[in-house]
Amino acid sequence: MSLKDIHLDAKAIFQSLKTRFGDAVVELQETGFNPAFVVVSPSAILAVSRFLRDDSSMKFDSLMCLSGVDYKDNMAVAYHLHSMSLKHIVGVKTFLPKDDPRLDSVDSVWPAANFMEREAYDMFGINFVGSIDLRRILLPEDWPGHPMRKDYVYPESYHGVKV
Amino acid sequence: MSATIDQTALPTQEMTLNMGPQHPSTHGVLRVILRTDGEVVVNARPDVGYLHRGLQKIAERNPYGSFMPFTDRLDYLASMNCNAAYAWAVEKLAGIEVPERAEFIRVIVCELNRISSHLISFGSFTADMGAFTPFLYAIRERERVNDLFEEICGNRLTYNYCRIGGVSADLTDGWLGKVKEFLDYFEPKIDEYNNLITYNKIFVGRLANVAVVSPEDCVAYGLTGPNLRGSGVAFDLRKDEPYSVYPKFDFNVCVGRGEKGQLGDCFDRYIVRIDEMRESVKILRQAIAMIPDGPVIAKVPRVFKPAAGECYFRAENPRGETGFYLISDGSANPYRCQIRTPSYVTMNIFEKVTEGLMIADIVAVIGSFDIILPEIDR
Amino acid sequence: MEQLTALIIQKVPALAVAPWAVTLLLIGIVAFIILQFAMVFAGFGTYLERKIAADIQGRIGPNRVGPIGLLQFLADGIKLILKEDIIPTAADNHLFRMAPYLIFTGSFAAFVVVPFGFSLIAADLNIGIYYVMAVTSLVSIGVLLAGWASNNKWSMLGGMRAAAQIVSYEIPVGMALIPAVLIAGSLSTQDIIRSQGGLLGIFGWNLFHNPFSFFSFFLYMVAALAETNRTPFDIPEAESELVSGYNTEYSGIRFGFFFMAEYADVFVVSALATACFLGGWQIPFFNAASLPPVWANLLSLGVFMAKALALVCVIIWIRWTLPRLRVDQLMRMSWKYMVPLTFFNFLGVSLWVLVFKGKGIPQMIASIFG
Repeated sequence: MSLKDIHLDAKAIFQSLKTRFGDAVVELQETGFNPAFVVVSPSAILAVSRFLRDDSSMKFDSLMCLSGVDYKDNMAVAYHLHSMSLKHIVGVKTFLPKDDPRLDSVDSVWPAANFMEREAYDMFGINFVGSIDLRRILLPEDWPGHPMRKDYVYPESYHGVKV
Repeated sequence: MSATIDQTALPTQEMTLNMGPQHPSTHGVLRVILRTDGEVVVNARPDVGYLHRGLQKIAERNPYGSFMPFTDRLDYLASMNCNAAYAWAVEKLAGIEVPERAEFIRVIVCELNRISSHLISFGSFTADMGAFTPFLYAIRERERVNDLFEEICGNRLTYNYCRIGGVSADLTDGWLGKVKEFLDYFEPKIDEYNNLITYNKIFVGRLANVAVVSPEDCVAYGLTGPNLRGSGVAFDLRKDEPYSVYPKFDFNVCVGRGEKGQLGDCFDRYIVRIDEMRESVKILRQAIAMIPDGPVIAKVPRVFKPAAGECYFRAENPRGETGFYLISDGSANPYRCQIRTPSYVTMNIFEKVTEGLMIADIVAVIGSFDIILPEIDR
Repeated sequence: MEQLTALIIQKVPALAVAPWAVTLLLIGIVAFIILQFAMVFAGFGTYLERKIAADIQGRIGPNRVGPIGLLQFLADGIKLILKEDIIPTAADNHLFRMAPYLIFTGSFAAFVVVPFGFSLIAADLNIGIYYVMAVTSLVSIGVLLAGWASNNKWSMLGGMRAAAQIVSYEIPVGMALIPAVLIAGSLSTQDIIRSQGGLLGIFGWNLFHNPFSFFSFFLYMVAALAETNRTPFDIPEAESELVSGYNTEYSGIRFGFFFMAEYADVFVVSALATACFLGGWQIPFFNAASLPPVWANLLSLGVFMAKALALVCVIIWIRWTLPRLRVDQLMRMSWKYMVPLTFFNFLGVSLWVLVFKGKGIPQMIASIFG
């Protein structure tokens, strides 16, 4: 499967998502993006995920990677999906407001999402609503702030230990 | 498990047991909080993060090329693979053409490293099962791989050999001959391992039908690499999403066959690794025969600025799919670098598969998933 | 012992005023010798274990202290004695201190009936085998105590495993030894060995007496391996699961006691197997009693030690070859396979002894050829 095919696929996926979900599917980020991203509004993420996993033409049964991103003005969660049977790849991205990043959890769709969501929560403070277990994972439970944010201020000390 | 233990007949109290972070069989500083009813595990919850170094944040503060040494520390048993995966990701983002000789060299070192990584996995797994001798056999062979790597890059564990656009130095004279010698020496050893321990009755008894993961669960929980193939899913990024010069080689994708028990048990995951070493030898032999002459590094400035964009690249590492999600904002540093590591995702299924096992099986499960902690905690 | 006392008093009549003192002194001396032997063997056992392990694993092994590392065990011993003796605050102080002694006593008391030679035995008890079974049971109490008193969950798990394991395997161990007792018609280890002599050479051994006793030997070795907590049955220690099990919290010489007890156990097991199945100190085709006593004893001691050490080497070899069983598999093996098999053997030997009037197959063959 060459990269070209993947791009084509993304366009087709975007089209079918657009016809099904309408305005909830915002745009297709294509040039410079590899794989291309379908940008979805946060409220539709769970429905879109279910559709992408269950639809016979999509069959995205595997979540490769879930990443939080801080785009300075807003936050984003990027999902990289892959279909084991149809061998296509697509990215799904959703932008969130910076002051209250809140999003439906997709761990009911792909169980693999749980740890990745916990990491995004830990590092970016993105709140995944309805997650089975949303706790800090890599950092201590009482760590102040979310260090992967671009505006993160490093703490002077942690429990009296100089950082 | 409450179904099999009659609570009314003999009321027992659950015990909370803290396994790790200092425990000989958690392969590092993994902590598992066990709730057990006697020897039977009711729940095993992994607690990771003891080795968190913030590699993803570090990546944002360094130019692309300067992050290379940090990738060594992702999976220290397969540094070459992590090096190469990162290099490939950056090259994909920046659209850098790599000389063919460099790609061949990368594949050769990656496959050598895959062998040495699987050797450690095999050795430490058998040591976990109480047979210490195979571990030393595995270490003996790995030592020779380390010697080979030392000759080309000067290091024995954290190689830092790949560069954006190629590799740091060409192979030394006669190095390929030495690799060939090693392969001739190593290939019969795999049979020796099988005779030594693989089909030992006690060993099989410990592994067969333990922690069975169905192929559907494997995919849903994002298991990759040998763990996925152990459940019978023939998916290998080297074949299914070919990168570098892998399409030029002829090799098989090893899958678990449910040889000694149910498909996807600990034994299948173990045997896939043993078989994969054979396939790596096969790839290496072809690569050595086909390697072209030429430069080993493209002309890439030390600090370069890829155009704004995003890319996700994943490579088949010994432990599974290592993915780099790189975002460039047009500056010299990555804007964001998400590292998707196989062991981290694998830990997600741990709680599910360990339910109702014995305490001794927990060790088998950790060993059969072949997790490595720096990769989990990053 | 009484005979020896009488002999000494006869030689030195002045001592007749206090024969009990002579007996006491003799007991002291014998106990000291046995203890020294056991200690030295424990040290030598570690050396042997390390050397054999190294050989199996393609390493060199200890080679720094003394010629070919022979004095390594002295260095180890000195190190263990000099180490700080740490008792965890949360541990039950008295029980914690007591446990190593119990284990040590249990293993070392068994040496009393080990028949080293023609007349080299500390006490030829007429309940020899039974006595060994009894005193080695003390070990399970010690192990349980060690696990419990450490106040560490891993140690406790190890202690519980050990107790369950030792109790389960006592039965097959005892049952597997009974064929020898039945054939000799005595529980005394010396009597058992004497019954294996004769001019049949190695075919006089109980091992070749009849098919049931032949299998008993192997059943005994397996069960005894389990009783001494050696790989593949070392689940109470299981360093990769329980981080060393019941002796995790011990340090210094207390840990050394566990260590010595383990090797003492290994020796006792091998010695018993030698005595009960491999003819003990019997020299093939040779009657030791025909020699002057000193030579008879020395020669029989050499033969006995050679046989026992060969078995010790086998036990070490097994340890470095096999992986470890799981606790449920271990229990299943004991109760579902070992116990029925040893009972079957017991029955078989009993019938054999009854039907063939105690004659073994080699004896019968020999009688055919006159």
